[in-house]
Amino acid sequence: MDEALLRSLTPSVLAVLVRRGADFAAAEDAVQEALVEAVRHWPDDPPRDAKGWLVTVAWRKFIDTTRADAARRRREDRVEEEPPPGPASSVDDTLQLYFLCAHPSLTPSSAVALTLRAVGGLTTRQIAEAYLVPEATMAQRISRAKRTVSGVRLDRPGDVATVLRVLYLVFNEGYSGDVDLAAEAIRLTRQLAAAIDHPEVAGLLALMLLHHARRAARTAPDGSLVPLAEQDRSRWDTKAIAEGIGILQKALARDRLGEFQAQAAIAALHADAPTAGETDWAQIVEWYDELAGLVDSPVVLLNRAVAIGEAHGPRAGLAALAELDDSLPRHTAVAAYLHEREGDLTKAAALYAEAAHKATNLPERDHLTRQAARLNAKRRA
Amino acid sequence: MAKYLLLKHYRGAPPPVNDVPMDQWTPQEISAHAQYMNDFAARLEKSGEYVDGRALSPEGTFVRYDGEGRPPVTDGPFAETKDLIAGWTVIDVDSYERALELAAELSAAPGAGGRPIHEWLEVRPLMAEHCTATE
Repeated sequence: MDEALLRSLTPSVLAVLVRRGADFAAAEDAVQEALVEAVRHWPDDPPRDAKGWLVTVAWRKFIDTTRADAARRRREDRVEEEPPPGPASSVDDTLQLYFLCAHPSLTPSSAVALTLRAVGGLTTRQIAEAYLVPEATMAQRISRAKRTVSGVRLDRPGDVATVLRVLYLVFNEGYSGDVDLAAEAIRLTRQLAAAIDHPEVAGLLALMLLHHARRAARTAPDGSLVPLAEQDRSRWDTKAIAEGIGILQKALARDRLGEFQAQAAIAALHADAPTAGETDWAQIVEWYDELAGLVDSPVVLLNRAVAIGEAHGPRAGLAALAELDDSLPRHTAVAAYLHEREGDLTKAAALYAEAAHKATNLPERDHLTRQAARLNAKRRA
Repeated sequence: MAKYLLLKHYRGAPPPVNDVPMDQWTPQEISAHAQYMNDFAARLEKSGEYVDGRALSPEGTFVRYDGEGRPPVTDGPFAETKDLIAGWTVIDVDSYERALELAAELSAAPGAGGRPIHEWLEVRPLMAEHCTATE
């Protein structure tokens, strides 16, 4: 059975139920139940109209629940009659779901969980596994999120930037368990790009594709991190790179620059270089300048210092770094790298060790420890 | 979205404000304390921030490898061990500030006289298993 097809239908099926008057939380539960039924029945008895099948089953589940609730509450059941399906505005409906699931009243973790479930069609268990929390915890997080947005009307378009932030968070989580969140984020962003014509949506999709293209080369067989300059570029996914660059070029041509387009442009310049030595660092610095004008982020300035170090030498990079707060994440790692480039191995080794101490994830910590060890061995030799 | 370990110590943390050993509380005070802890865990589960948690027995043994074919060497418990963990809770929260807020809430558990213990809890970030998808 085509699970991707099944899940791609989730938002539009949910939207039909909401349009028919079901409240969001109940509709979402009903769609989940319908998905479970589909997994059970489709392998033996595939439907001719997959979406129609899901709508019918989900609506029946919703009616059953509502009837049961209504009986309990001894009140009239007003949604018994099945209304005719609404006009074919499923693209708009899907879009509204993205906005709802990324609503500003939700915390980032709730918005992410709700998006993966209501738009992505993942089960609570899959989401829980991906985020390494118990299923009961994720179930609570999702049901709270649904309650939070249940009063929100689906009639006004939201801010696309909030949706993009949520999708970016999902992408960045990478992959653990059996759900590839990066691939899922790409799928959801692709679906969003089909529903709305917006250069920043295209920019984010391009950014994701360009980073995803390098994934196989980022990790050595033993699981250790391979930095960009040392990656085997023949292992980069050229098809994803070509697609990302194509999408980016079309977006940039519209002359409405945003942070994701600028980030994608930087990723594209890396992807374009046949070897690390041929990277166009001067142009990357220019893009970081653009990016720094678009977002007020010290992380951007930190990356800019690295680019300046490559374009104009380590001393220029260190000068740019000196202007930044040294408590920034990765500040010490960048300082270590620039001091090594400058030839001060003793200082670089000490800084790498310090950076390892400050790392917030295991592959990065191990990588930085190895850098310190490598320099210490070199100094002894 | 980050995970934190809240560590409760038998020994090793600075003394709490309301520093009366539990065996000198009234039975009602002990019940009130236990109730508070249960309520705290339940709130955490409901808010979708609970990952795991256990209490640890104070008894422990040190163990080390002693070479191929030899049984492991055990030692202790050492009375002089400064740090003794009493239990832990793992939470998954949106910010470091939220982790501190929850630790403070746990520290407010009632003790002698029904007043908060103001116990010191250690908050430690868990290392992520993998790095982010962007470099």
